[in-house]
Amino acid sequence: MSSLRWSTFSAPSRFYALVNVLNPWLWGLAIALTLAGLYMGFFVAPVDATQGNSYRIIFIHVPAAWLSMVLYLAMAFWAAIGWMLNARMASMLARAIAPTGAVFTFLALWTGSFWGKPTWGTWWVWDARLTSELILLFLYLGYIALVSSIDDAVRGDKAGAVLALVGAVNVPIIYFSVVWWNTLHQGATISMTAAPKMAQTMLMAMLLMTLAFWAYAFAVVFTRAQALAVEREGHADWVRMVARKELQ
Amino acid sequence: MTWGSPAEFFSMGGYGLYVWGAYAVCLAAMLIEPWLARRQRLEALVAASRTEKDSL
Amino acid sequence: MSAAFVAVYTRDIRLALRRRVEALLPVVFFVVAVSLFPVGVGPEPQTLRVIAAGVVWVCALLASMLSVANLYALDHSDGSLEQMLLSGHPPTVIAAAKAAAHWTTTGAPLVLAAPVIGLLLDMSPAALATLVAALLLGTPVLSLLGGVGAALTLGLRSAGVLLILLILPLTIPALIFGSGAVGAVDSGISASGHFSLLGALLIFTALIAPLATAVALRIALE
Repeated sequence: MSSLRWSTFSAPSRFYALVNVLNPWLWGLAIALTLAGLYMGFFVAPVDATQGNSYRIIFIHVPAAWLSMVLYLAMAFWAAIGWMLNARMASMLARAIAPTGAVFTFLALWTGSFWGKPTWGTWWVWDARLTSELILLFLYLGYIALVSSIDDAVRGDKAGAVLALVGAVNVPIIYFSVVWWNTLHQGATISMTAAPKMAQTMLMAMLLMTLAFWAYAFAVVFTRAQALAVEREGHADWVRMVARKELQ
Repeated sequence: MTWGSPAEFFSMGGYGLYVWGAYAVCLAAMLIEPWLARRQRLEALVAASRTEKDSL
Repeated sequence: MSAAFVAVYTRDIRLALRRRVEALLPVVFFVVAVSLFPVGVGPEPQTLRVIAAGVVWVCALLASMLSVANLYALDHSDGSLEQMLLSGHPPTVIAAAKAAAHWTTTGAPLVLAAPVIGLLLDMSPAALATLVAALLLGTPVLSLLGGVGAALTLGLRSAGVLLILLILPLTIPALIFGSGAVGAVDSGISASGHFSLLGALLIFTALIAPLATAVALRIALE
């Protein structure tokens, strides 16, 4: 390939090829980081004084929560790029991110619930973090619902971009209002932010798992983006060539 | 962190249900999701090659 | 610019006046929905007083969202929406005018109906006054956000339900500050913080929402 510019990969055909090169490495990275992170989390990090071994859920809860938020911003970002620069692949990338973001949000809620039960005695706590995650899930579902309901791909991309941006702007406001609401009703006693005082090893494990989830997210989103590119460009030559090669 | 035995590891000090319940669902999601994405790509490729055959 | 605002606003009001029964449906829904809660939860005044502000707010939210789909759908189906946008007047002004008209025909009646509802739920006079004031600030926010949703879902099959799903999460801050204000007054503390936040929210939404609505309209009609 001669002089590589980033814009080279805005062509769906080249993006597809790039992903085929990158994904094996991303999967390898995800698996390696997961093994390292879980080893650290289960065999190096000590027991917590107050929460015993139940705190070890943190090694998937916090990474899932972080990813859920980062992915929403990424989704809004790529949707905006696709809209403003008329870059189809960027819009497809935004659409590809949404389901993965929703899955991570669900996992943050599920693991948060399973962590909350032994700690607080209930399967659900209306604390600021979990409530915000729930609302984030609604925002993801709303985006997915909107783009799925619009048959015209271009209109869907643009409308999705508007919704994602409106959502992104509102997320800090929503989070602030939920924190306000939470401190009014419960005080600071019940809170997921009352995490165990973090030993160095705990932080390290959490960091490794976050990077692992990130690599995983890249790999899955890229695969889905490939699928979208094929769906949209069905009649293009490059699709036929790829189909011929991969369906042997 | 040294675990006395595999049994101790799986019980997680009594919190086994919660810890493994959380991890199991996480693992399941991270196996199902890529599988679904890959299947979506495959079906798209099949559909694309089918229309080609129809137009020949 | 203000000529276009007045023209669109008065047109929408006039149309709503011609279909008075239809225009009042959201308010009727509001009353019915609120009345379901004592039936479902139990009529003890102490319980009702505690849940009153939240119930009224949520029902006002839903009533507002139910009528907002019509904000653009009717004009879209007879082509007048396209005419409006082609007229050369800034679409942001048109969006603002329509949101204002929606508030006048739906939001304001809800605010007027609220004291009656508050009595049904055994609210104290102070709480009731706070509720009305909070709704006065909050219902315009709902109309403005509803406009964004209506524009995004223009002409889609399940536009009504989809719109509600899209917009409800965005209305949560208004809900929190609005019902929180009543809660504060009930506990004897000042609600000034809540009202400041509601006011700020209204200003912010009034600046952003018409712009987003205008953009969404153009996207939907391309």
